[in-house]
Parts: sequence; C-alpha cells; structure tokens
Amino acid sequence: MSETNIHTLNPDNWIDAYADYLFNYTIARVNDADKAKDLVQETFFAGLKSMKNFEGKASERTWLISILKRKIIDHYRKINSNKGKAEVRMNFYSDGEREGDWIEERVPQDWSGDADAEIETEELGEALQSCIAKLPEKYRIVFEMKTIQGFDTEDICNELDITPSNLWVIIHRARTQLRECMEENWFKK
Amino acid sequence: MGKIKITCEEATTICSKAQYGEATLLEKIKLNFHFTYCKVCKVFSKQNSKLSTMCCMVKKQRELSKCCLSEKDKAKLKQQIKELENKL
Repeated sequence: MSETNIHTLNPDNWIDAYADYLFNYTIARVNDADKAKDLVQETFFAGLKSMKNFEGKASERTWLISILKRKIIDHYRKINSNKGKAEVRMNFYSDGEREGDWIEERVPQDWSGDADAEIETEELGEALQSCIAKLPEKYRIVFEMKTIQGFDTEDICNELDITPSNLWVIIHRARTQLRECMEENWFKK
Repeated sequence: MGKIKITCEEATTICSKAQYGEATLLEKIKLNFHFTYCKVCKVFSKQNSKLSTMCCMVKKQRELSKCCLSEKDKAKLKQQIKELENKL
C-alpha cells in the first residue's frame, strides 16, 4: 500500500480550499445566504470535532460534503416539522360531485397586457422572485431545486426523502400559487 | 389509470409535469383530450408555460447575483477554527 492513497486532514487550509465550494453547494439547496453561512460554519466545526473518525479513505472535500449533507437534511427536517406545514390555498373542489373541478374564484383570469416584449423586463423577474419567497418553505425548496437549480427529480427525491408523485404534487401546488400571485401582483395592474 | 377523462386538478398537475418535459405519453394524450372540452385548463396551461419563461429569467438573475462568502466572513471563520483547534 502506498502512502499516497491515504488522505489527510489539514484544517488550516479548509477555508481557502473549500469554503466557497461548500457555500455554493449549500446555497443551491437552501437559498438563504445567512442560513447557508451557518451551515458551512457548523460543518467545519463538526469536522474538527470528529477528525479522529476520519479514516483517510475519502478525500478531505468528500468527507466535508458528507457532513454538510447531513446538516442540510437536519435543516429540512426542522422546516418540515414547523413552518413547512403552512397551508396552500386549494384551487379545486376536494370532494362531492365536483371533485377535481376548478373552484370558481380560483379560475385563471385573462392576463391582459402580457405582451411578449414586456416579459423580458427585469421587474417581472423581481415580481416572480417575491412570489416565490411567499411560498411555504417546503414548497419553495422543492420548487427551486427543480426549477431554478435544475436538479433531477430522482436527486431531489433522494435528498428530501419524498416520492416522485409527492414531488409533482408539491411542484404543481407551488406553480398554481405562483400563477395566482403573479396574476394578483403583476397582470392585474 | 385506464380512464381517459381526467379532472381539472389532474389535468393541471400533468400540465406542470409537462413543463419539465417529464409527462408520459399517456399523460400528454389525456391532457390534450381534456383541452378539447375545457378552456379554463387551456388558459392555465398557457400561463403555466409563461411561468416557465419567467422562471428562466429568475434563474439568470440569480446567477448574476450569486454571492459567495466574503473575505471578512472567511477571516472570521479561520479565526474560529483556530480557536476551536486550540481547545480540542
């Protein structure tokens, strides 16, 4: 066995070598700069405290990422247990003979003034960003991972421990809510 | 899953899935059949596509404003790591 296959830890070098990498990894998943900073910090601290458990089989970076992943999952769990349960407005009848039909007041309205030229404006993007920010946290995370960060369905399901049909229900409810939010705040003006 | 007739809720869910190119062929057939008699869902579908265009804009805006840890943050972190190392 050659010595070169054994990885070592060098904490003095961690910040310069991995801080940006870990931060970008985190921001793609939590999209909150302050929270991401906290998670990165916690990861380095947890790494230091468990240095003796490092066997040198994985690279330093892989090892740190595995700690960070657990921190992110813990963060999701916390969200799930409180804020994530916030209700999303229903758009369809949930029972009776009209089950699955549109509820009248929720029916999409004509988006007048949605000329294609206008759609390029920066303010429109900002309006959508603020609608996204209003989504219940769990919906926001799933929606952003899929739509903005472009993760694969399978990866999101594994990371958040949800089924694909679960994911599509969440994505769809998020999109329905965003459609309504944009209708109220942008297209009605 | 055999029925061709679907509710508006099912139709719009397939519509959202289709925005990511992940609706199955059968789902797309059911959706298009639904559109033949439901104009409301057709409007929804059109707006849902527009939403996808808008999301691309947000994606671009986010990429431009992507931040990383500031030098100040990093210096602070380094300091904290040193302190913790000494304690351990």
